[in-house]
Amino acid sequence: MEITNINSDIAISCDTISKKYGKIEALKNIKFDVKRGEIFGIIGPDGAGKTTLFRILTTLILAEAGSAAVDGFDVVKDYKEIRKRVGYMPGRFSLYQDLSVEENLNFFATVFNTTVAENYDLIKDIYVQIEPFKKRRAGKLSGGMKQKLALCCALIHKPSVLFLDEPTTGVDPVSRKEFWGMLKKLKAQGITILVSTPYMDEATLCDRIALIQNGQFLKIDTPKNIVSQYENKLWAVESDNMHKLLIDLRANEMTKNCFAFGDKHHISINNSQFIIHNLRFELEKLNHTNILISEIEPTVEDCFMQLSQR
Amino acid sequence: MTIPLENNCLIPPLGVRGLNTSSVIIAEHLTKKFGNFTAVDNISFEVKRGEIFGFLGANGAGKTTAMRMLCGLSIPTGGKGEVAGFDIGTQTELVKKNIGYMSQKFSLYNDLKVWENIELFGGIYGMKDKEIKSKTDELMRVLNFESERNKLVGSLPLGFKQKLAFSVSIFHSPQVVFLDEPTGGVDPITRRQFWELIYEATSRGITVFVTTHYMDEAEYCDRVSIMVDGRIEALDSPKNLKKQFDAKNMDEVFQQLARKAKRVDS
Repeated sequence: MEITNINSDIAISCDTISKKYGKIEALKNIKFDVKRGEIFGIIGPDGAGKTTLFRILTTLILAEAGSAAVDGFDVVKDYKEIRKRVGYMPGRFSLYQDLSVEENLNFFATVFNTTVAENYDLIKDIYVQIEPFKKRRAGKLSGGMKQKLALCCALIHKPSVLFLDEPTTGVDPVSRKEFWGMLKKLKAQGITILVSTPYMDEATLCDRIALIQNGQFLKIDTPKNIVSQYENKLWAVESDNMHKLLIDLRANEMTKNCFAFGDKHHISINNSQFIIHNLRFELEKLNHTNILISEIEPTVEDCFMQLSQR
Repeated sequence: MTIPLENNCLIPPLGVRGLNTSSVIIAEHLTKKFGNFTAVDNISFEVKRGEIFGFLGANGAGKTTAMRMLCGLSIPTGGKGEVAGFDIGTQTELVKKNIGYMSQKFSLYNDLKVWENIELFGGIYGMKDKEIKSKTDELMRVLNFESERNKLVGSLPLGFKQKLAFSVSIFHSPQVVFLDEPTGGVDPITRRQFWELIYEATSRGITVFVTTHYMDEAEYCDRVSIMVDGRIEALDSPKNLKKQFDAKNMDEVFQQLARKAKRVDS
């Protein structure tokens, strides 16, 4: 592998990767590139293949077919080189529970032939939050603190590419927001980040995303482009009886899809002749009160549902 | 009729000092201390029969501890409570018989078949074989699961498993079901189908007590409480909470309240 590749604009390249577990096809022809300095999100539900993809790219398992490279190094041939230069935070907490916060961090620094002091700048903002508990065993930390420690340990050797497998799963909305704030700062320091999440609302915090379902990418693009490519018009509808409204909207022949979305229902409409007043009139006939109908811009979640139903 | 309900007839609900009997959950100054740490700090609320009650809070706010007390798994160190008509301090076994419970982490036995899981849980709750059989047939039909009946649960897709786990948790017709982050990690369509099952359960009179980190799901609840540092800081319908906090959606309400937390997340 030529050294020049390391400085190329592509941090991760993945070419028609496939992986089977017995009869189950975990990944089918996955093809994408991550540009240097990007936050790239792999968005999809449990069982879609996210973790398998991360394990292949971090050289922990082998793909059946296809090839992939990280920093220009081949995941099969050059696995040792890749392991030196990437940081990986697996979905399941995998630090040493019986070592203290400080011992874990020192351990990972030593394994990577560096010291905590050398790269302290990179982790400082995150580490100060857990420093008051540095003598505590990792196993005794709360979920939020474990997550911060794991991120520090994944960063301590100043990786060029950071792999975060579902770092925010099961985390409350406030802590999730904080975590994405930390990722933004890391990006500003030049680190490329590949991050997976089942939370569709986090997609908009990525530069580009891939929507994944059943081992296949449904779409790769910026969140903005994905939203702009939504087919059909989308309307938000509400009334005083939301449960009945869902049933009534689904029964309406103009409705292509109708899903509950928080305090509104989103309906996509087949017909370009759609007239709000007609729908309002029909809903009034069905005894709905306080009906509000407005055209809205789709969210990534709307797009995911549309694409996954094809 | 199910055994738990028969029990209900044999042992009349005690009723905490004649409080409103249409409430399935009553918490009065409920408190749990671990040493000098107060995990749940003097919370009081009631959940009415047939209600969908959303129990929200940041990680470490005390949700799990409170829920464990309501399920009869942990004895309060202060205050009192009643669930399904039984005292959560002194009648924990009766509480357990009259509730259903489902969490994302523990749901079903992967190495048992679909019907075996149903029979096991039905049996644990003391249902009669005949009743288990007829209700299993009905459930398989309703869920459109006929062809999955003899499959190992481990071989089913996650969405199927979650729907089945929920159906099993209410199979013995409990008065109230506790759902602990039931939809984590599920795809958006399955997540919505899951909520339709919840609505259906409430239409049969089952009360639903649910925790979630998806704020759009908070909107589907009749009422929502938000815990901060062991206390309930807000409790109302999503509509009123949004008004009260001048917020566009429940996420904004949550962010406003949870950011006030002073308790060190430790």
